[in-house]
Amino acid sequence: MKPQADARPASPARERRLGAFVFLAPGLVYLVVLMLVPLALVLSNVFFQRGRFGGIVYEFTTENFTRLIDPLYLGVVADSLKIATLTTLIALLLGYPTAYLIAQLPSKWRTIALVAIVLPFWTNFIIRVYAWIILLNGQGLVNSGLKALGFDPLELLYNDGAVVTGLLYSYLPLMVLPLYAAIDKLDPQLREASANLGASPFTTFRKVTLPLTVPGVMTGSLFVFVPTFGNFVIPEMLGGGKSIMVGNLIRTEFLKARDWPFGSALATALVAVLVLLLVAQAWAARRA
Amino acid sequence: MFRTRFTRRLPAAVAVAGLALAVAACGGESTDSAETAPQATAAQLNPNADLSKQSLNVTVWDGYTPKELTERFKEKFKVSDMKIALHATNEEAMTKLTATGDSGIDVAFVSGQYAQALNEQGLLEPIHPELIPNLSNLYPEATQLSYDKGNKISVPYTWGTTGICYRSDLVKTPPTSWNDLLKPPAWADKKVTLMTTERWLALPALKSLGYSVNTDKDEEIAKAKQLLLDAKPHLLKFDDTTFGDLLVSGEAVMVEAWDGWCPTTDEKQNIKFTVPKEGSDLWVDTMVIMKSSKNKEAAHAFINYILDPEVHRWAAENINYKVPNKAAMDKVKVAPGSLLGIKPAELLDGESIIDLGQASTKFARLSSEITAD
Amino acid sequence: MRRSRLLHVPFWFTYVFLYAPIIVLVVMSFNSGKSAYTYEGFSLKWYGVLAQDAKVMEGLVNTLIVAAGSTAIATVLGTLLAVGLARHTRSKTLDAIALMPAVLPDLVLAIGLLVFYGVVQFTLGLHSVTLSHAVFSMAFVAAVVRTRLSGADTSLEEASRDLGAGPVTTFMKVTLPQLMPGIIAGALLAFTLSLDEFVIAFFTIGNLDQTLPIVIYSMIRFGVTPEINALGAILLLVSFTAVIVGQRLTKIGESRAQD
Repeated sequence: MKPQADARPASPARERRLGAFVFLAPGLVYLVVLMLVPLALVLSNVFFQRGRFGGIVYEFTTENFTRLIDPLYLGVVADSLKIATLTTLIALLLGYPTAYLIAQLPSKWRTIALVAIVLPFWTNFIIRVYAWIILLNGQGLVNSGLKALGFDPLELLYNDGAVVTGLLYSYLPLMVLPLYAAIDKLDPQLREASANLGASPFTTFRKVTLPLTVPGVMTGSLFVFVPTFGNFVIPEMLGGGKSIMVGNLIRTEFLKARDWPFGSALATALVAVLVLLLVAQAWAARRA
Repeated sequence: MFRTRFTRRLPAAVAVAGLALAVAACGGESTDSAETAPQATAAQLNPNADLSKQSLNVTVWDGYTPKELTERFKEKFKVSDMKIALHATNEEAMTKLTATGDSGIDVAFVSGQYAQALNEQGLLEPIHPELIPNLSNLYPEATQLSYDKGNKISVPYTWGTTGICYRSDLVKTPPTSWNDLLKPPAWADKKVTLMTTERWLALPALKSLGYSVNTDKDEEIAKAKQLLLDAKPHLLKFDDTTFGDLLVSGEAVMVEAWDGWCPTTDEKQNIKFTVPKEGSDLWVDTMVIMKSSKNKEAAHAFINYILDPEVHRWAAENINYKVPNKAAMDKVKVAPGSLLGIKPAELLDGESIIDLGQASTKFARLSSEITAD
Repeated sequence: MRRSRLLHVPFWFTYVFLYAPIIVLVVMSFNSGKSAYTYEGFSLKWYGVLAQDAKVMEGLVNTLIVAAGSTAIATVLGTLLAVGLARHTRSKTLDAIALMPAVLPDLVLAIGLLVFYGVVQFTLGLHSVTLSHAVFSMAFVAAVVRTRLSGADTSLEEASRDLGAGPVTTFMKVTLPQLMPGIIAGALLAFTLSLDEFVIAFFTIGNLDQTLPIVIYSMIRFGVTPEINALGAILLLVSFTAVIVGQRLTKIGESRAQD
């Protein structure tokens, strides 16, 4: 190979520094300008006052904090935690056996079963949620079925149940996939050994399978919890403005009430809760 | 060795640059927003401007103007391009028009109190009446509306009132009071809706308590809030856009509605509209021209075109909204069940919603507190 | 054995749960009536309505423009970032920054960008959505390329350097070809994510142009008609076909590789 012009014997250290700069700088500058600076702005907004028409008036205030700890708004944060936890738990209860059985399937069926889990994910997110309005509304399919069977129609839409259903539907695949990856990695000989040593299937599951798949459980739960906790589209569409989460409040403050500082305070609270949970999880993982 | 030194310095350098940028940007913004309501100053407009060098962007509620409007206007005035953007609510339009420096919008359709608010922020171009000869088609009443007397910054497009729209075949007794919505009887439990846009969300409660829709008294707003919070568990949902559909499908039996969006002309003729005995509002949806518009002559030509009786009557005939255009209303055939027969004088019984300046944020806050509870 | 039969209940429930709404959605798209809830008879009329809906077509074009633009930015910057992080630094902080957009709640990034664009008085439009989408897409591209890098053999790069090639030449002639499958996978992921992205687009789109997810969202807000079902059915068909074709292609590729 013919040595190129850029191969002149420059000092290797200088060249290295240049290399690092060429590779790292463009992406990092982009992320700083369009992610870190915006986040810093959101954080700093918390200390300022609202402009009447949105925007910020740069006069210091602590009002946004005092408003944030009002039980009215803390209650919504608590409700969101409840809804996100419930969704994650149900996803785990459904996802674990599903992933477990997929892993036992012969390889051809396994691929099909996995693709079938991801496939609904490939349609438009909004339309997936919309499908539940058709199923659950007062004149919808479920209620028509109930009526035909002689039962009274149920209020299925515009409540917490509808919101949890929609969230579960949207994020269940994100639980199944990491669980499958974790279960699939298990060495079947471990379970055989446990059985040979006289352990019941349940004991084997509790003492061997479950502990070894905890990382999968953690990842899956995280994948479901994070987008669920910060969601506003699903509670808006299926909650009818009555069953709401932090995300709806943030959206309301930004696009309706035009109170950006308070919306920023709510967003900061949302991130703070997530960071706390992540730290707690990392701490638990290190102790385990 | 260089590797470690370099990477240790990089984040710090980047952070400093970012902060500098943020601070510089903040500095620029604060001077802008601290100023309040600069008086609108009129631009010099040329009545003979070559419109083919101008384009036009309009934001309007979905379904509020004819589908063919763009083509027809383009053909008639030869503007280089025209786009129609849609907003679902006034609040959404306000965010669009105020969030960034240049919204790209030339003409916006917003309700009267929001036109007034946009003007206070110095965002509107005064209306140049000499460029809109069709202003003479308006009812005299429509030039003396309290949010903008003399149509200095806005031109009315439709007007009407807010009331209860209901299924006459599904209610046991026809509603007569706002309390029928706020404290629905058992047969209507979870089958009623209220609106989401702040001032209309508050309206039923304020009127039922006998207060003005333009109150800025904290204790009155607090009482209204309590009434709305008590009503919330009995609602189907909060809705500004599909209440008509909810009535047609039977999911709801009574809804808070603007007269035009109450589907009284539906083929089954089982939907009725009533103004509760406690009274209601007079709302006006208006057209305004943005100060940032670079196509102000085309914008005026557009508003003049809308006020043409042949164009303006479309709204009355197709979306059942009364238009404040006498020449257009004289040509409209009133369909069975239609509410178009209400005369301007009767409309003026309603209390006109006006912008409350800084006190308007109390209603924004009321709306978030109702949402949060 | 009894235990695994018990497991079948949640297993089948999962699949019924995932597919029942989709089936209902498709069936109702053939409804002849105006309602999306009550089936009145078979008709293709809503597909006709859809085909004439200019907003939907415009939204589709805008979505493709945004996806292509943000993928281009994210692929270039993400690949460089991945190589830089893997080869030129050991900083954990930089690692974390590069991964952050992928774990940050989309709503938080969305309002941050809205505030930022407001502060610098940037006019909103398709370009602002493109720039915004590239933020999270870049994190995914970088992550995918890095997995490829960690498996890559560095001896080739070293050999290239020993033979006198500079870092740029080495990157272009040696590293990049090795990384290509990872880059393509990352770009595809970025493209798909952008196509379906709603929240960030919703906050940073401005007034005049709308992406398809936003068009769908406003259609639903203004009332539900079988037209939305028809659109959903078509989008389903497209993605199912894409998945099956993709599956076939990888299989052909694998069997060729084995030959």
